[in-house]
Amino acid sequence: MAEMTANGYELAANRKPIRPGLILTWTVLLVGGLLMITPLLYMFSTSLKSAGQVYDLRLIPLAPSFDNYVKVLSDGRFMRWFLNSALVATTVTLSNVFFDSLVGYTLAKFEFRGRYFIFLAILSTLMIPTEMLVIPWYLMSSQLGWLDSYWGIMFPGMMTAFGTFLMKQFFETVPDDFLEAARIDGLNEFEIWWKVAMPLVMPAISALAIFTFLGNWTAFFWPLIVTTSKELYTLPVGLSSFAVEQSIQWELIMTGAALATIPTLLVFLVLQRFIVRGVMLAGLKG
Amino acid sequence: MAHLPDIEANGATRKGRTGFVLTQSGRKVLWAWSFLAVPILFYSWIRFYPTLSAFWISFTDWDLLRPANFVGLENYQKLFADPVFWKVFRNTFAYLIIGTPISLLLSFVIAYYLDKVTFLHSFLRALYFLPFLTTAAAMAWVWRWFYQPIPIGIINGILSNLHLPAQQFLRSPAQALPSIMVTGIWAGLGFQIIIFMAGLRAIPSTYYEAARIDGLGEWAILRKITLPLLKPTTVFLVVFSSIGFLRIFDQVYNMTSNDPGGPLNSTKPLVMMIYQTAFSSFDMGYAAAQTVVLFLILLVVSLGQLFVLRNR
Repeated sequence: MAEMTANGYELAANRKPIRPGLILTWTVLLVGGLLMITPLLYMFSTSLKSAGQVYDLRLIPLAPSFDNYVKVLSDGRFMRWFLNSALVATTVTLSNVFFDSLVGYTLAKFEFRGRYFIFLAILSTLMIPTEMLVIPWYLMSSQLGWLDSYWGIMFPGMMTAFGTFLMKQFFETVPDDFLEAARIDGLNEFEIWWKVAMPLVMPAISALAIFTFLGNWTAFFWPLIVTTSKELYTLPVGLSSFAVEQSIQWELIMTGAALATIPTLLVFLVLQRFIVRGVMLAGLKG
Repeated sequence: MAHLPDIEANGATRKGRTGFVLTQSGRKVLWAWSFLAVPILFYSWIRFYPTLSAFWISFTDWDLLRPANFVGLENYQKLFADPVFWKVFRNTFAYLIIGTPISLLLSFVIAYYLDKVTFLHSFLRALYFLPFLTTAAAMAWVWRWFYQPIPIGIINGILSNLHLPAQQFLRSPAQALPSIMVTGIWAGLGFQIIIFMAGLRAIPSTYYEAARIDGLGEWAILRKITLPLLKPTTVFLVVFSSIGFLRIFDQVYNMTSNDPGGPLNSTKPLVMMIYQTAFSSFDMGYAAAQTVVLFLILLVVSLGQLFVLRNR
């Protein structure tokens, strides 16, 4: 039995009766998978069609052209929203990688009175839905002049309990001997964390970074509330306002949707294995 | 580092304790609190204070213009007497009660078979996972387009090619909510499949080998080994997906933007009611009361699920 499981192909090959079933399974999975990406395929297909062809339901456009992209990108709005989203998501991700790791490390590796209380306090914020906080955040932002600013979009997400918990779990697996050795070498506690402990939990950091970036790239509810001027919209909010404006010009709406989707898809195609592992890690430990 | 000797010197008189050992750990404690200083400030100011503030606002009549007056439970009484709220309440639970079981069943079945397939495995997995990486606001418009009447909408186009009657979808009070739910299920499926697959991988293969030696069939192995050992993953996904459906907003907002939450409030979830009350009517007190109700719903549902699933 042990030899058989050593190789998945062998397992399938040795059990002949299952083979037709496996082919059927594979085919059904392929059809299901293609159905899953049908909305994406049609989105891209329609973004390459002219207004007159939209009603033509064939997937491969008759005369594909990038005219819609030129039209949508020409006034620079999408570019602006794209940059806003990139700036916001990157800043929030860096902040989370720094602070969630620092707090997770402190809670995992330092002994001090109140540690457990702090941990529970941070963890308890997971129970509070964002929707409950947006009204106080909005009032706070209007008093402090944060409405309609980058900082206003970013501040609620600068640290998260989820990230802190994830990082704490991983720092607990780092052996104390490593840290002690660095301490004897004369590194201070900050250097020990940054130079010794952080490189040992790189998989967790990348998982956290992927999750935070994706979450902020696609975030809709808070950016919709806090931004009022079009120059500060993030890509999802901008796209939503753009689509309402176009109302029935579906080829332009699909082009906008495609522009919002392309970056994450490209990143995925490059880093597929990395991202899937990161999601698995974060989902199971978190 | 410069101020540490002072603490050593003072430590002797103030605490009545001396010794190099204490200062060593005392130094680490100092580091710990300095690492936590900014985060403690952040969590107090951006999480805890707003939480308390939301409860407080829910007992006031704050509308941004006049100063807030304490009105007791008036907002809650108004909410529970509002027929729209009960409609919204039903909608919110409809998303949960239909969405969660369907998406979990689908994602488990797909993950279970995907796990057995080796040929082009990562390609197939990518097909299922890709929708998770899309922006809900963007894909909501793609689905909205799919649901359009003939000659624009794809689904009605296919139906008419098959000589089936055209459907109203987003224009019908009966079909709009399920139509939006399909979009929600589609968007979350990839994540759930990946998590289920990670859970399946974590089951040691020796269990399966032992079961095969004992002569158990595939179905018995699924029921007696896979499902019980997968329980932690399933519990996590049940709670996670339920919270997601109870908080649905992006899809509804973008798919019903001409009549938000419509037609006839048939798709409006609680988060959308909150959004409209707070940021269209600026009735902050009333909206805060709705957020407290949302908080209680989420709390009761997730604790209830954990309790029920733990005991089985």
